[in-house]
Amino acid sequence: MPSTSVSEQPVARNGAALLSLDDVSIQFGGLKALDQVSFDVREGEILGLIGPNGAGKTTCFNVMTGVYQPTSGEVRFAGVPLGRRKRFAITRLGIARTFQNIRLFGNMTALENVLVGADAHHRTNVIDALIRSPRHRREEREGEETAREVMKFLGLDKRADELARNLSYGEQRRLEIARAMATKPKLLCLDEPAAGFNPAEKAQLMDLIRRIRDQRGLTVLLIEHDMSLVMGVSDRVAVLEFGRKIAEGTPAEVRNDPAVIAAYLGTEVDDLDDEEGVL
Amino acid sequence: MTQGKASPDTGSGAARSTTQTSRLGWDRGALARRVTALPRPAKWALIGLFVVFLYALPLLEIPILSTPDTDFGAVLFTVASYVLVALGLNIVLGYAGLLDLGYVGFYAIGAYTVAVFGSLQAQLSWWVLIPLAVLLTTISGILLGAPTLRVRGDYLAIVTLGFGEIIRLTALNLEWLGAAKGITGVPRPPSVEMFEIPHLQWEGATAVIDLDDTTTFLVFGVADQAPYYWLMLTVIFIVLGADRMLRLSRIGRGWEATREDEDAAELMGVPTFKFKLLAFACGAFIGGLSGALFASRQGFINPESFLLILSILFVAAVVVGGAGNRYGVILGAIVVAYLPERFRGFEEWRLLVFGLALLLLANFRPQGLLPPRRAKRAQAVDEQLDALEEGTARA
Repeated sequence: MPSTSVSEQPVARNGAALLSLDDVSIQFGGLKALDQVSFDVREGEILGLIGPNGAGKTTCFNVMTGVYQPTSGEVRFAGVPLGRRKRFAITRLGIARTFQNIRLFGNMTALENVLVGADAHHRTNVIDALIRSPRHRREEREGEETAREVMKFLGLDKRADELARNLSYGEQRRLEIARAMATKPKLLCLDEPAAGFNPAEKAQLMDLIRRIRDQRGLTVLLIEHDMSLVMGVSDRVAVLEFGRKIAEGTPAEVRNDPAVIAAYLGTEVDDLDDEEGVL
Repeated sequence: MTQGKASPDTGSGAARSTTQTSRLGWDRGALARRVTALPRPAKWALIGLFVVFLYALPLLEIPILSTPDTDFGAVLFTVASYVLVALGLNIVLGYAGLLDLGYVGFYAIGAYTVAVFGSLQAQLSWWVLIPLAVLLTTISGILLGAPTLRVRGDYLAIVTLGFGEIIRLTALNLEWLGAAKGITGVPRPPSVEMFEIPHLQWEGATAVIDLDDTTTFLVFGVADQAPYYWLMLTVIFIVLGADRMLRLSRIGRGWEATREDEDAAELMGVPTFKFKLLAFACGAFIGGLSGALFASRQGFINPESFLLILSILFVAAVVVGGAGNRYGVILGAIVVAYLPERFRGFEEWRLLVFGLALLLLANFRPQGLLPPRRAKRAQAVDEQLDALEEGTARA
């Protein structure tokens, strides 16, 4: 697998599909938001999902995480069809996500936000909580360990007791990632994590995404507008336009794909120019 | 983990361990800070004293506090039952963020269960009636919640508003439930006569023990209402403890996350519907308990006891006190229940003044008298935010 962009210590990328979209279509009234989209996210890879505004990237995320049911087609995770599983159940299966517009629990502390993620696998019920049962105490202890460890990984450990809404913008973005990682996912879906970042912050984010894959062994699906970031960090890239997949391949392949160039020429040519001739 | 009633409300045990040293320690108020700074035995002694004081309130007959026109024990009972109701509604409204405008419905179901099965249709023992009342109320909470908690915000408010009225109208129209004439002879809690406790009598600033005015421990009669207040107070302490346990667990966090952003919570693995239903059930449990105790104190209930205005007052108690902070809503309940009783002398002005006070509060303290520490902390932090941002490297 070509890895111009991948860091030195390559993780086993055996190519087995962790998440598969199989002919997924979704229709909102007259609008086909996704039209027979198929692609795989392979275990251990960083897959970039790009496309002009309104191409259906976030809709893709929403289908994968159970927010929408596909009109037709199927999403499989680790070979299991998601079917009509509830959103929280899909999270427990191992898909976690962040949001394009930050959606933290603003009036809870940063640590509590991450604890909510860690709670995804906990089973404490009312009785457990009332009598402080061993299960409750074990889960509280483990949850806090997980949360603090993840926050440390993301450099948020010093901010654990701040209210989420009082964190800086960059910290909030990272807290979203921390919260998602605390659910112990196999697949981490990042929805425009670099939105609003300056170049230095973007570089740090690229590094972070690589560390998430290399050190934590997570598979990453990345929606991002910033071409240099996507091309720089992804192993493979899938391109959507008007709800259809128009290309898929390594960054180099996608960059030279005529359909992709055509798609981007119309809307985001300025964007591309800004990235110092990445394409 | 300490479980002192007066220790500050931290959102989770986890958060606590470090917040003590947090450089942005929240403002607990000077008094509370001083109390928490005390060595542990002293703290417990203080808490103990305060608890004793609360139990002794109806005996002390403190001149300024006591209500001149009504039996102070009865007023205290009313206040305490508002406190209990507010604690229950706080779980629904404050923690889970569900606007329930029909909370009186649960209160009524609890009261009617005790009255119907204790007097009108059967003569069950009080010890059976209370659990039965709580059970039926909790079930009704789940039955109401299961279909309605799928709707959000305004719609939930409308549906619950209807629920409260439906319960009252059902009671009003069903002969089996006593209809308009109500139910008399509701069983009182069983009495155990043990000893007499004298009250104090005040002459100016000096108190003397008045051996002619005594409360018999523990007789639930008609004239002396202090024992009912003691019963209610005990229940409140138990509920407070349970409330705290839930709050410091996955369940409390799930409720809060649901309140903050339901979709995000669901996507982070919180089964939000189940948790909302649980909040509803807990709220119904406590509301029903309060109603059951109310009925067994009152001895008589009719549909007039469960008017819509009560629901509004309950919500007012929670909001005035500071939704989400259990001590805040206690204060709110005291304000809503006690002040009108204390100033009963002003009679026709009472409601006007009360309304005015609420209006002023809403204007000048929209987050409530004693907002959750989050709101307080957020304010403190907001003020320092600029300075902080400069010193913090953004990643």
